[in-house]
Amino acid sequence: MSGTQGKRTMIAPASAPVLAPHVKMRHDSVRDRWLILAPERVFTPDAVAVAVLQLCDGSRSVEAIAGALEQTYNAPKDRILSDVLLMLQDLADKGVVTA
Amino acid sequence: MSAARTTPEQTPAVRAPLGLLAELTHRCPLQCPYCSNPLALERARAELPTEVWLDVLEQAAELGVLQLHLSGGEPTLRRDLEAIVAKAAEVGLYSSLITAGVGLTRTRLERLASLGLDHVQVSIQDASPANADRIAHYAGGLARKLEVAGWVRALRLPLTINAPVHRQNIDNLQAIVDLAVGVGAQRLEVAHVQYYGWALANRQALMPTRRQVLDSAQLVEQARERLKGILVIDFVVPDYYARRPKPCMGGWGRGSINITPSGKALPCHAAETIPGLVFDNVRDKRLADIWLQSAAFQRFRGTHWMPEPCRSCELRTVDWGGCRCQALAFAGDAARTDPACAKSSLHEAFTQVAQREAAEPAPQFVYRNPRAGAQL
Repeated sequence: MSGTQGKRTMIAPASAPVLAPHVKMRHDSVRDRWLILAPERVFTPDAVAVAVLQLCDGSRSVEAIAGALEQTYNAPKDRILSDVLLMLQDLADKGVVTA
Repeated sequence: MSAARTTPEQTPAVRAPLGLLAELTHRCPLQCPYCSNPLALERARAELPTEVWLDVLEQAAELGVLQLHLSGGEPTLRRDLEAIVAKAAEVGLYSSLITAGVGLTRTRLERLASLGLDHVQVSIQDASPANADRIAHYAGGLARKLEVAGWVRALRLPLTINAPVHRQNIDNLQAIVDLAVGVGAQRLEVAHVQYYGWALANRQALMPTRRQVLDSAQLVEQARERLKGILVIDFVVPDYYARRPKPCMGGWGRGSINITPSGKALPCHAAETIPGLVFDNVRDKRLADIWLQSAAFQRFRGTHWMPEPCRSCELRTVDWGGCRCQALAFAGDAARTDPACAKSSLHEAFTQVAQREAAEPAPQFVYRNPRAGAQL
């Protein structure tokens, strides 16, 4: 989890991100949308963020995640990789993912 | 209140509440002079029994509540906290224990964690032990809290440090930030005291100067930058020196429900100060009915109740008219414009009160306890 060692989690192509302990992503039937529950926070990820986070299992690298999304989103892998890195770094800074 | 039959135009889009604040008890070992509990503290014998709380949690999850805040008073004084935490986990509520920490044992915290508790928030009164213990009126309090914070981290639970700030600790804000980092917290809440109830009774003893407020905001901004990815800092600003009111509770009846120890469902902590509002009790009514239809939740929901200049203000759905309890406390009428807004005719007088009180010597605290409450 971010802050556990008092150090910022930096997300690189080789990082293997995973949801931080006690952060929960689930589909909410009342609102019919995906939600991320964290301490005093509810995030509403968009479809792309959900797709990325579902691939974050702590062993798959960011690079592999971008590769897996290449077919789904039919976009250049470099572009996907840089977008995914930005997204995951932002989520790491919010304490949602760790690596 | 008779005005409150639910009609379609009054409830165009009442959303499901995100949060439920369960004030399990008003009993507390600490006596902080800015406590958000009402002056008239509810007694232990009036508290809801376990089975009602468990039923309320099931109803809350069905209604769409996501976050459960187990608070008080001191929630760990309830011997059925384990059952409540287990039920929250069972129905999928994200549970936060909001505790003073001083009465908690490591064994009990381990048990709560194993039952599915998601997050712990420990309050501190200052980074200086002597001043912290003086403010809480509890000898040795800070040391106990730091011990509890260490257990939280050892159990790999996320930790928030909650630090209410005011004129008697705000100059130690840097040390408070350092303390939060030192104990391994992921979040720090720097919450300027909000002046209702106990804090209103202690306003002069707590009100910071404008300079102190500005300095605290700058310090938080710098700390956020420096501690990016290490500590998330939430900053609750005081509105006595503001130009626009805060969107109190994110809007009345928009996102959260408070339930008092005896089961009254309130739109906010201080709602009981507003005369004429009648609060339904979860012993008598379903939570969904209370949320959607009760007079108290309908009274200031949305924008229909607003006077001018609020009604035509472009920010009416941003701040939702600010705080009704503050309008009551300062303007004498909960339906008037929040005096924290520069558009209020009372705004200047409101700011002057803060400036005057912050410049005066701080009087003795009126500590939060049932005896003092009965005399106020």
